[in-house]
Amino acid sequence: MRRLFLAILVVVIAVTLLNAMIHAVPGDPAVIILGPRATPELIAAFRTRMGLDEPFYVQMVTFFAELLRGNMGQDVFTGRPVARIVFEQLPFTLILIFVSILWAAAVGIPLGCYSAIRRNTFIDKVTGVFSVGTIAIPAFVMALYALLIFSVELKWLPAVGAGEGFWDSAERLILPAFAVGVSWVGYMARIVRASMLEVLGENHVRMARSFGIPERRIVFRYALPIAILPTITLLGVGVAYLVSAAVFAEVIFARPGIGSLIVQAVDSRNYPIVMGCVLITTVLFVVATMISDLVNALLDPRVREGY
Amino acid sequence: MAADNENILEVRNLSLDFGSPRGRVHALRQVDLTVPKGRIVGVVGESGCGKSTLAYSIIRLLAQNAEIVGGEIVFEGQNILPLSETAMRGLRGRRMSMIFQDPMTALNPVLPVEQQMIEIQYRDSISTGEKRKRAAAMLGKVGIPDPESRLDAYPHQFSGGMRQRICIAMALLVEPALILADEPTTALDATLEVQIINLLKRLQEDIGCSILFVSHHLGTVAELCDDVVVMYAGEAVEVGTVRDIFRNPSHPYTQALLECDPGRIKQKTRHLPTIPGELPNLIDLPAGCIFRDRCPHAWERCAEEHPPAYEAGEGHFARCHLIEEPERGRGTS
Amino acid sequence: MSVEAQIGSTPKPETGAFRQHLRQLSKNHLGMLGLVLVLAMVFSAVFAHWIVPYDPYQIYTGPRLAPPSTDHWFGTDHLGRDIFSRVIAGGQVALQVAIATLAAALSLGMILGLIAGYGPEWLDNLLLLIFDAVRSFPVIIFALAVVTLIGPSLYTVILVVAVTSIPIYARIVRTQAQSLKHNEFILAERAMGAGPLRILSVHVLPNVIGPLLILASMDVPLVIAVEAGLSFLGMGVRPPTPSWGTILNDGYNYIRNSPWPVIAGGIPIVIVTLGFTFLGEALRDIFDPKLRRDL
Repeated sequence: MRRLFLAILVVVIAVTLLNAMIHAVPGDPAVIILGPRATPELIAAFRTRMGLDEPFYVQMVTFFAELLRGNMGQDVFTGRPVARIVFEQLPFTLILIFVSILWAAAVGIPLGCYSAIRRNTFIDKVTGVFSVGTIAIPAFVMALYALLIFSVELKWLPAVGAGEGFWDSAERLILPAFAVGVSWVGYMARIVRASMLEVLGENHVRMARSFGIPERRIVFRYALPIAILPTITLLGVGVAYLVSAAVFAEVIFARPGIGSLIVQAVDSRNYPIVMGCVLITTVLFVVATMISDLVNALLDPRVREGY
Repeated sequence: MAADNENILEVRNLSLDFGSPRGRVHALRQVDLTVPKGRIVGVVGESGCGKSTLAYSIIRLLAQNAEIVGGEIVFEGQNILPLSETAMRGLRGRRMSMIFQDPMTALNPVLPVEQQMIEIQYRDSISTGEKRKRAAAMLGKVGIPDPESRLDAYPHQFSGGMRQRICIAMALLVEPALILADEPTTALDATLEVQIINLLKRLQEDIGCSILFVSHHLGTVAELCDDVVVMYAGEAVEVGTVRDIFRNPSHPYTQALLECDPGRIKQKTRHLPTIPGELPNLIDLPAGCIFRDRCPHAWERCAEEHPPAYEAGEGHFARCHLIEEPERGRGTS
Repeated sequence: MSVEAQIGSTPKPETGAFRQHLRQLSKNHLGMLGLVLVLAMVFSAVFAHWIVPYDPYQIYTGPRLAPPSTDHWFGTDHLGRDIFSRVIAGGQVALQVAIATLAAALSLGMILGLIAGYGPEWLDNLLLLIFDAVRSFPVIIFALAVVTLIGPSLYTVILVVAVTSIPIYARIVRTQAQSLKHNEFILAERAMGAGPLRILSVHVLPNVIGPLLILASMDVPLVIAVEAGLSFLGMGVRPPTPSWGTILNDGYNYIRNSPWPVIAGGIPIVIVTLGFTFLGEALRDIFDPKLRRDL
């Protein structure tokens, strides 16, 4: 509940802050948004349409009221509803994030388990260095190198676009998903290793051992369901980082999506679109947090009781 | 102690060290202990005396830095110290099982009790339904009301006392020859403690297994046990039957422990008596008797010669030179 | 001769502990590697002016998009500029941004942390919520939104990254300040009229300076990544100023003609982020193993 409340607060603060900043910047907001080349008529029309002549708090109330009705405003240039534009692009970003997480979890979680069980072995140490390394190196550098190596030089995989049809799309998803997910392999391996070590030291594991239950069973049936919980929370919160990485992956691999959309919008100073992207990101955060809370509750009976 | 009884467990001359950054901690030194078939043996001493370590070394669930440096542990006629980890695992949960100190953390929080109780029967080739039935029956025996319907509950849905009953049920479920109980009542309040002790005693008689009962509470040990081992700073300083230990304590440490026990204080005092002095350093062991710094009777011999286990009576041993020179004890106290 | 010999025979206990920590660090291979990489980066940035073989801004008439050679170690870009010189100069920009950002984030974080830990409870709760909110929002999206408003520049980058880093430091200071809030000694000092500034400098800072610096070291990679990332998108440092991000952007546009600009622009980012991370982790392990940095 606290995190849901937090998420809503994020939306409110973000929107208020961004709106407030339009007003805080010296000069006419309409001019700032439309750019210096806008004609006076255009500016006047824009002011009325955006309600900029109203006092700030009225604008905010109107904005949130409209938002609740699903209205996020209009594209400055084409006049199309922002909501429609954003929701057209959203699936591309969602698929990218989802696939990235999926492969990162599929590799990172077993890696973390293995490192915890075989502590201080060669593979554990290599995993440790790999984790720190992939967490540190920015996703866009990963994406650029992936593009350079696998697409430009080796020509194994296509470089750009989302593709059409299942196999083409899947093929074009590989490199972006690699770039976005690789640091999460490290993250997850690290978190799972740490929490696995913690759980393996807990009393109930000792109790299970005192009954001669094989170590493999202890790890996978007794410890993993508990050790996995922090990872799920991390994933929920980590959507913010995934979105950041996805922005770069989309730009570098010329994929459609929220990232490409917001970068174009910033370039053309299409402010309502930027706002729409900001909003959809926060909504994404809210949904991801709720999902991770839900999954946590599903896996942890102690949390489930709280609902 | 009847001589014709077969012994389930004999610990002989067991020594154990813990590696630490400051040096090796000699946590157990030449400990001897015998658990005859069908009897309950109490191990009693202050915290840090090595009594829990002793229990854990028998089932070999020791910390990474622990190392057994000498002696043997003979379980059902076989020295189990040389056994491989796999062979040892074969004994755990089949011939011996353990009850732990803190019932609040001893059960897996995300698995239903049912699953945990079925899981420990993984060796038995009976159907899951059968295992479930056995689990429910055992829960009934330890006094869980309505066990059939409580089986699919999670540990956090039970109180501390109930959880310890579940742990006891699990320890008994595998029909072991020996149960190691590591302060099973310490985390519980006094009324629950009595209930659990009575329960253990009744079930032990039913099933006929032996129990090694570790406790720092003399009253509990007197209530439950047949034989007692008193430990101090890693040594078994006195061994005997409950009657020997409580009626005729032969080691000054045992005497001091009895004097400090609130249940046995005769005069009205405002403060609880304590044993003066501190525990000795277990890294650089002093020569001679381990208790001499805190002993009211200590004399020169105690500083030079480490006391062997003198026989104070039949089956009653104490590591104190006073047994050889009893006149020394009279003057000072 | 050592300083100890001059002062007297009793060395300060901290000196001994410090030496011990230094020994621990020298045994930590990754930490030492990190230290070397960080020192190399700082050195090359400070002495950039003397290191660069060519003017990083000068457009030469020589070969364009040339591969590495003895003349141009990292090759040349699409305008014939020497990439090695631009990489070194870009390091200077990165370091400037990092220092300015961390200075701003540290000082603001300390003030806000002190207010949160020391002030009334409602304010504490409010600040904590805001910290959480800031941390849970994607940095890049936030940065892009700000860029739309105030335009791309070095200062925008510094502002954005500083704002997102403040909560890291504020939390540490807050915890420490809170533990002192009801300390009788502090209450007595306050009764005697000690201001918050004195409380901060005498009682809070000495206890948190270590963790703060470790966290700062671990935060540098993020700062540099955001600077380079925004510059890569064309929304950070403006051309022709060399930045690792702009080098990558130029390289990306010509990636099918020559791989060298992208390779050369990425490597320093990899080196520096790894260097600071390894160093930060080693310092954390040595000084404060319990210290956690959320994400």
